[in-house]
Amino acid sequence: MEIQRVLKESQIMKIHYITGIAAIFVVAIHIMMRLVVPFESSLNYDYIIANYKNIFYVLILESILVLISVHGFNGIRVILLELRQNTAWEKVITVITISSMIALIAYGTRTIILANGL
Amino acid sequence: MSNNDNKIEDKIKLKVYRENRGQNSKSYYDSFEVPYKRWTTVLDALLYVKGYIDPSLAIRYSCRMASCGSCGMKINGIPRLACYTKISELETSTIECEPLGNFPIIRDLVTDFSLFYKHHKNIQPYIQSTESVETAAEEKTYSYNQSPQDVDKYLQFSYCIKCGLCYSACPTVGTDLRFPGPQALAQLYRYFADTRDESKNRLNIVDDRHGIWRCHFAGSCSKVCPKGVDPALGIQLLRSYMLGVSKNNKKQAEKIEVNLD
Ligand code: SF4
Ligand code: FES
Repeated sequence: MEIQRVLKESQIMKIHYITGIAAIFVVAIHIMMRLVVPFESSLNYDYIIANYKNIFYVLILESILVLISVHGFNGIRVILLELRQNTAWEKVITVITISSMIALIAYGTRTIILANGL
Repeated sequence: MSNNDNKIEDKIKLKVYRENRGQNSKSYYDSFEVPYKRWTTVLDALLYVKGYIDPSLAIRYSCRMASCGSCGMKINGIPRLACYTKISELETSTIECEPLGNFPIIRDLVTDFSLFYKHHKNIQPYIQSTESVETAAEEKTYSYNQSPQDVDKYLQFSYCIKCGLCYSACPTVGTDLRFPGPQALAQLYRYFADTRDESKNRLNIVDDRHGIWRCHFAGSCSKVCPKGVDPALGIQLLRSYMLGVSKNNKKQAEKIEVNLD
């Protein structure tokens, strides 16, 4: 089903702005959590796996994944919309951006689940 | 009186874009030397060229006083009204006149405004009311009571003369011809903010993929407007209503009976 029929452009853009603002906060928390230990050790394999076991950290990662994917792929859709103005093009980019967004979220979530060892 | 006022024969070089779409001819620039005085406008200079040097030069104009909006063109690269731009204020020895960008060229400096007017018409640029008011039945005349504050909400937007300068300066129009453009969107705000208007559907007209959300907020529309309209402001105000950031607490104007006796 066409996304435009489900959501009005103003609703899509509302989601776009909210995810953008929310992403700033969760990315800031993510960066700050990197900074509580020396930067090199923050990239240490064991440290990262330990982080994945921390449910709070997992929730932060998952929300970064979802927020950035929704915001980013809608941003790409908006940029591509301006390039051409015909219905076929619009349908194609809507389908491509939504399916890429879903695929990226699914793949990222799978990685988080595997690393968490759930 | 300064010395400058006594000088009659200052000359300026006009570099004018020439093209005739009808004959599929290639575009080129023509140069003309034109005498000017302190108060000569670019339109005066172009009319001098048309009258005394090259009658085939195509220009569009009417009022010569920044009211009709027909003489828009790019002057030294910036969209301006030729009748409202004085040569002496440009402070260059050569003045380049080109047709407005974002409009198809018909001939020389004359551009096709059909799509621009279509966008304007599309936003329903008129007050929509459930009753006919000014000439109602029973031979009574009615009027809407608007406070000065209500009028202030839309007044600056009603000064638009549809000259198309903002449309020409808009980078989004440059890539997306289905985008209504700053003029139409500012007019939509003008009628939306008017307390006499009762339309419920107005905002939906521009709430689509190529609608109001495609504005990048470059702000060039407001920079070039010769009438002091701020279309970028109108667009942002509309957006904030549509996002629910500002509440639409528009009170409908009060209908009052006017006694003409
Ligand atoms: S908003 Fe200003 S620049 Fe745009 S059409 Fe109206 S008068 Fe011209
Ligand atoms: S001739 Fe009317 S606006 Fe310039």
